[in-house]
Amino acid sequence: MLSRFVAFTSIGRKALPNQYDLFAFALVFAAFIALTHVSHGLTLPLTAPESTVVSLDYWLLPYYALRTTLRMFAAIAASLVFTLVYATLAAKSRRAALVLIPLLDVLQSVPILGFLSFTVTFFLGLFPGSILGAECAAVFAIFTSQAWNMAFSFYQSLRSVPRDLIEVARGFRLSGWQRFWQLETPFAMPGLIWNMMMSMSGGWFFVVASEAIAVGDTTIKLPGIGSYLALAIEEKRIDAVFAAIIAMLAVIIAYDQLLFRPLVAFGSRFRVELSAGQTPEKSFVAQVFARTHWMRVLMSGPARLFHAIALLRMELPIRAHPQTPGKSPGLSRAIDIAFITCVVLATLWAVWLIIGYVRQELTWSDVRQSLLYTVFTMIRVILLMALATAVWVPVGVWIGLRPRLAEKVQPLAQFLAAFPANVVFPIAVVLIIRFSLNPNIWLSFLIIFGTQWYILFNVIAGASAFPNDLKEAVSNFRIRGWNWWKNVIIPAIFPYYITGALTASGGSWNAAIVAEYVKWGNDTVSAQGIGAYIAEATADGDYPKIVLGVAMMSIFVILFNRLLWRPLYGLAERRLRLD
Amino acid sequence: MQDNTARTSFAGKQTLLDVRHVSQRYQTGSGEPGPPVLDDVSLTLKGNEIVGLLGRSGCGKSSLLRIVAGLVFPSGGEVSYLGHEVTGPVDGVAMVFQSFALFPWLTVLANVELGLRAKQVSQDDARRRALKAIDLIGLDGYESAFPKELSGGMRQRVGFARALVVHPNILLMDEPFSALDVLTAETLRTDLLDLWVEGRMPIKSILMVTHNIEEAVLMCDRIVVLSSNPGRIAAEIEVKLHHPRNRLDPDFRQLVDKIYALMTKRPAPVSGREGAFPGLGFGMALPRVSTNTLAGMIEEIAAEPYVGRADLPALADTLQMEVDELFPVAETLQLLRFAELEEGDIKLTPAGHRFAEADVDVRKKLFGDHLMAYLPLAARIKVVLDERPTHTARAVRFLEELEDYMSEEYADRTLKSVVNWGRYGELFAYDETSETFSLENPQ
Repeated sequence: MLSRFVAFTSIGRKALPNQYDLFAFALVFAAFIALTHVSHGLTLPLTAPESTVVSLDYWLLPYYALRTTLRMFAAIAASLVFTLVYATLAAKSRRAALVLIPLLDVLQSVPILGFLSFTVTFFLGLFPGSILGAECAAVFAIFTSQAWNMAFSFYQSLRSVPRDLIEVARGFRLSGWQRFWQLETPFAMPGLIWNMMMSMSGGWFFVVASEAIAVGDTTIKLPGIGSYLALAIEEKRIDAVFAAIIAMLAVIIAYDQLLFRPLVAFGSRFRVELSAGQTPEKSFVAQVFARTHWMRVLMSGPARLFHAIALLRMELPIRAHPQTPGKSPGLSRAIDIAFITCVVLATLWAVWLIIGYVRQELTWSDVRQSLLYTVFTMIRVILLMALATAVWVPVGVWIGLRPRLAEKVQPLAQFLAAFPANVVFPIAVVLIIRFSLNPNIWLSFLIIFGTQWYILFNVIAGASAFPNDLKEAVSNFRIRGWNWWKNVIIPAIFPYYITGALTASGGSWNAAIVAEYVKWGNDTVSAQGIGAYIAEATADGDYPKIVLGVAMMSIFVILFNRLLWRPLYGLAERRLRLD
Repeated sequence: MQDNTARTSFAGKQTLLDVRHVSQRYQTGSGEPGPPVLDDVSLTLKGNEIVGLLGRSGCGKSSLLRIVAGLVFPSGGEVSYLGHEVTGPVDGVAMVFQSFALFPWLTVLANVELGLRAKQVSQDDARRRALKAIDLIGLDGYESAFPKELSGGMRQRVGFARALVVHPNILLMDEPFSALDVLTAETLRTDLLDLWVEGRMPIKSILMVTHNIEEAVLMCDRIVVLSSNPGRIAAEIEVKLHHPRNRLDPDFRQLVDKIYALMTKRPAPVSGREGAFPGLGFGMALPRVSTNTLAGMIEEIAAEPYVGRADLPALADTLQMEVDELFPVAETLQLLRFAELEEGDIKLTPAGHRFAEADVDVRKKLFGDHLMAYLPLAARIKVVLDERPTHTARAVRFLEELEDYMSEEYADRTLKSVVNWGRYGELFAYDETSETFSLENPQ
């Protein structure tokens, strides 16, 4: 049986066990044991001693790391389901797209930890007394950090399926369900997997941040590395902070090796370019699995099942003839008008509701204050982006132009981007307190700490892709110095830089909520900014202020995207593409 | 040939496909129906014949094929297959694509099986039939390869196997050899013809689209020549030569020359028509032809051995150009009055001769003058720029006007051509970043 969807099963040459079997076996069973161990902790009552972090014992860290990872997987699974449904709906229905796509655009501008402040009480109410509610809130927060860009990627792929492939599918009369699994999903796979992995990398930050939450009087510490860290901060135990950092390092390495790389290698096989152009992605673990005989046998069952399901016709009886030529345009237009009217009315109603709420709870001075703080945070983000650019662009170019070095540094930069920067925040706080540094300045660096790597690895990728003949032309015409930077390398890496900077800037706004308001024991260090404003309001359980802060930040992020990044992106697309 | 006649007796001359008065219109940028692509086309496909649809790009031959396949609905007329009206893709009609259109994530075998599996044919049955088709088309040994591992010729064989495996009555082919190099295309054509002549393919008829005149004469029993703008049936030619046909056979050559002449024949003069491109005057859809190609063509015709008058098949042969590339160039020259087309020949006008002899600056001046005189869109842009005090104009302005006459894609291409030609003729400057026309070049 040839599998079409599961990469790890291909026709094997020999049935005897090989040296990879042992390795793969150990890996898989370790995963099973870990799962059973973790799953019984999920349904404990909220008051049970094991439902929260009470001890800083190092030996508990592996268990906490597992719980953290599990949360991450729950979120990515939810994101995947959301993506498949939401993006498909948006791509298949013109009217749905009118609403869904702008909505997605706004959603991805809302600071992720802002969602957490809102939703935690909701989820706690949903499962009263059980830890499941808090788990859901944390998973939802991580979900919000992952789902939007996955959905965007999937939507864009669905919209750009090559016309001739669609014609083949229609010519063979594939049903909608078959077309989705045989054509559209495989076509969208490389983009989806890449975005999924990028989302997961970003997600570690939020899983750490969302485990220990205090909204007003409700304090939750879900078992996990984030809560362990929070407890270490409360008890001022710097050794425990380091233990958490090491545990996190181990988790990220495992994630990078066991998931990120195998999946990207798997995704590359769905690329549509028919030439075997780029260097294929390699993954040690994927190779191990591909070479392991029993693994292939084991996977062939699920693969066959999946394949069978993908080939079901699943037709709705009413839509037997999907395309009827005689559809009257007048009727369609009338439905359009009715639909748009509904959308407009719903929007007006929502706006009216918001204004009513804000008028009741907030004063103009609150608005002015939050606006001022947002401007402070914006200045911070801009300055630090500029600083990170000034540092990492030359470094990235230097590395990227040396292929052998780039090959080694690139995975490291990707790894650093996945590492949750908030785990190392306490160290910075200790230093700030120790040397009585100005938090308004020194806390700012934390904002960019985790996100600067996106700039680095994108610039490296850009410089590596600089064509060799252009390199030769440059040295032939002896273009050097400032002229070289201005006319050669900066335009060449610009599209890549923009991609990296866009991610870094978005991440920095999010990080502000955690980075501008940090604690060490009873000492609180906070900078003036909208991040600290939201964090403080969350700690006080002051919902109107949370809403105001989150809304203000979202508006700024949206404006930032529209007025700065999108035009730059357009410029890069039109003028500076090398192919 | 005995095989062929033997087969005729049992397959009979039953009508498989009937296309009656089909017409199709472009969608303009504003979504309104635009000028016609196909106008009142009728044809039938009977059992046991290969019919070729021959025409230049933009004559609607691919649209016609997609209408027959049930992938597109005509705006007028109807298509029936075995007496039933075609309202969507039907069983019994399978298509081979110019771009191969293989699913890159499926192996050769899985690609071939897909059509059967989608119809819920059992796994074993599908496998058996797929292997048979793969064997027939000469792909054995490649079953587990992915398309990206294969050469173009092998990929197209997969395309054929995938179409044949569902045992269609009609095989549709959309320029199946035009993405292949000359040698590969020839091999594949020969293999396909051998299978056809020996009656080993599980099909009754083939309808193929091509822009290659020799290919059509080599393969088809009947050639339907479509004229452009709008696509109408200009002629139907029976090819009675026996297989295997010889390209050097005088009868073969004569037929090729005849078709060339047919395809370059001036359309009956309709008032106000400007040459061969769709649309009138300002709203004429222009092809993308580089000024270098135009200049090169003029030089080629002016030089020995043609000295001002060239036979198109011979010219196509020397320049290694397909009809599809040659005709747009020739017709652009005709539009700009640098050359005239008649009876399968291209002849330089006095202006064309002057162009050939001039140096670069004079050429540019001459080209600019002809643009102003014979290309209404270029003249229009120039006039707008002259009249405005700022001497600038946004491209969108012209683009939107063009979209009243043609699809967005064509409007875009037309504007790009005008920009290109206008730059060469130094009529105006164009800034791509701001998408603005102006009179001044940057200093």
